[in-house]
Amino acid sequence: MKNGKDVMQVVRSAVTQHGATRDELIPILTDVNHELGYIPQEAVTEVSRLIGMPKSQLYSVASFYEMLSLHPRGRHVIKFCENAPCHVVGGRQVWQALRDELQVLPGETTPDDRFTLMTTSCLGICAVGPVVVIDDDVYGNIEPSQVAGILARYK
Amino acid sequence: MEVRGWKLERPANIQSPTSNIQFKGYTMKTIRSMVLVSSDPVSLERGAQQVYNELLKTIEAHGLSDEINVMLVGELGRHDALPLVVVYPEAVVYGPVKPENVAYLVEEHLYKGRIATALLAARRELTGRIAWLNARKGTLPAEQRIVLERAGVIDPESVEDAIAHDGYAALGKALTEMQPQDVIAVLEKSGLQGRGGAGFPAGLKWKFVRGAPGDKKYVICNADESEPGTFKDRLVLEGDPHVIIEALAIAAYAVGADEGYIYIRGEYELAKQRVQQAIAQAHELGLLGRNIFGSNFNFELHVHTGAGAYICGEETALIESIEGKRGEPRSRPPYPTTHGLWGKPTLVNNVETLANVPAVLRNGAEWYRQFGTPKSPGTKVYTILGNVNVTGVIEVPMGITLREVIAIYAKGMKPGSTFKLAQTGGSSGSVIPASLQDTPMDFESFGKAGVSLGSGALLICDEETCVVDLARVLLTFFKNESCGKCTPCRIGTHRAFDLLTKISEGQGQKGDIEQLVALADTLVAMSNCGLGQSAAVPIRDILKHFRAEVDAHIALKVCPAGVCPMHVEEAVLA
Repeated sequence: MKNGKDVMQVVRSAVTQHGATRDELIPILTDVNHELGYIPQEAVTEVSRLIGMPKSQLYSVASFYEMLSLHPRGRHVIKFCENAPCHVVGGRQVWQALRDELQVLPGETTPDDRFTLMTTSCLGICAVGPVVVIDDDVYGNIEPSQVAGILARYK
Repeated sequence: MEVRGWKLERPANIQSPTSNIQFKGYTMKTIRSMVLVSSDPVSLERGAQQVYNELLKTIEAHGLSDEINVMLVGELGRHDALPLVVVYPEAVVYGPVKPENVAYLVEEHLYKGRIATALLAARRELTGRIAWLNARKGTLPAEQRIVLERAGVIDPESVEDAIAHDGYAALGKALTEMQPQDVIAVLEKSGLQGRGGAGFPAGLKWKFVRGAPGDKKYVICNADESEPGTFKDRLVLEGDPHVIIEALAIAAYAVGADEGYIYIRGEYELAKQRVQQAIAQAHELGLLGRNIFGSNFNFELHVHTGAGAYICGEETALIESIEGKRGEPRSRPPYPTTHGLWGKPTLVNNVETLANVPAVLRNGAEWYRQFGTPKSPGTKVYTILGNVNVTGVIEVPMGITLREVIAIYAKGMKPGSTFKLAQTGGSSGSVIPASLQDTPMDFESFGKAGVSLGSGALLICDEETCVVDLARVLLTFFKNESCGKCTPCRIGTHRAFDLLTKISEGQGQKGDIEQLVALADTLVAMSNCGLGQSAAVPIRDILKHFRAEVDAHIALKVCPAGVCPMHVEEAVLA
């Protein structure tokens, strides 16, 4: 059981939905990641069994893509855009505010499992930079002073 | 419908406008006015959904629901007065509109038929060379919209709306009146160049795929838009998904393919939903599938989403990713035109390139060539970003200058700041110094000036931008997004980043610049694909145009812009 869901069931329903072929591997892993928050070891084994592909190759794909994670993350994932368009309009100060507030390094999770802080490449919402995405919520035009208030919305 | 966590709802008790035109079992709406509400994240945060709900309620209270259509339409292209409400056919732009303003707006404009002057968004005037453009009606700035012609004007979820605005007319023309070679000939004559960044002639690429031996061929739309600062393709996919379906079907007919893919980046959830819905609608009307328009042409289209990897925008990496593998670019040659998806001849075109195709076929090559410059015909969609008053998206003819973009569309630099440089085309573009701001922006002129147009992002920076810091941020991107397959790129981007970080921390030494130059040369000469080659561009550009500023960091231990820390600190952007 992960994230309140049965790992095997999640894997099987994703494989059934997309079909047990290699070219559907990325959609399958994306679904599993979305449902469980990450791709646990037992899910890798089960997908490998169902589509008849070595675990090593599966791991090579899962570790390549940014949106797939092989490690558990916090309850909420913060993605901070670190690219130039956000950087030149005040991104550096927002990043500092996030670091001060959370006291973790990029890629780390807070001790209470509440937040995982990640940097990301451009999200395509550059006209309203600096941009921070928390789970599926987008925050644009952020000022450093707003950071604490935004984080307080997530328990 | 849910968009990035925001729920967009249409209250159930409100009826759709009456309809009176029948089309293949669908009904088309005849309406007096169309009211568009912007629903980008900022608009939603500022109450666009409430404005929308209030509009529906108030319009119903006036008994006008049958004559007026209200839509939430995503981005409307300007960001200075959100949320925006645009009323067509007058094309009057109101903003920022609050829910409590709606009663006044509806009564004045939609009931009494007068402009609700108190709510008008600030005017954007037109001056200079842009005046010759076909001005759009109303108070929006003059643009020439071909790619974005329907985006923001039609209901993106309605195939009838697309058809009523010439959608699928070009496909019908191609299938019933033209031979595949004729389609390619028109495209060649139009001079359309690939808009993904390289500017390769589109007609020639189509010809290569058509001429490649093999019975099975594929067409692919590259919608893995991940170039920092670029979101033009998202607006096409979200605002007018049918134009891509139509263009891919035309491409498939021309090159002899019967199957296609749209590869959408994983982060573009709304775009994916809309494209999938549009494909289903097109299928239902027989615009995809077997014997399209009664011809012998069959075409199936699939959507494939990425999972977060910039490199998948490189066409061979994209093909690897569709095949379910790591997105690592292949060695070229052979090119995808002969050995692409599953080893078959494959045409890969960018969203913006494809979105031009139906208009070119409908109106002819001559019509297309009247826009832009002789060597770079047509329009270009730009995203304007940075230290300017108005950021957003514009579509203008090839060949306008950076100065015009800043002065007219961006409404100038932010108060108190002056223009220092622009960075084009996302991370893989060039750093353009102020001295080049009067160079026409087209593939030819930029090529001569030794800079690149890239993907169409224009990041406009003021004098508080430090070139070392900027190059460092760009290298952060390249080192993170390098796929790791080839050593020059995997290691070279890291070494360049380390050197720039050292310089920004005041630890630069004599010889660092020479080492950067050598790294840049290696990246260009030895990298397997464009990613490593582009990583050298910002290094070369800052040394070419801003050498003195870099020298100051190293020799004087001073950051003239006051941005770099100039002392060792813990890793901020690791």
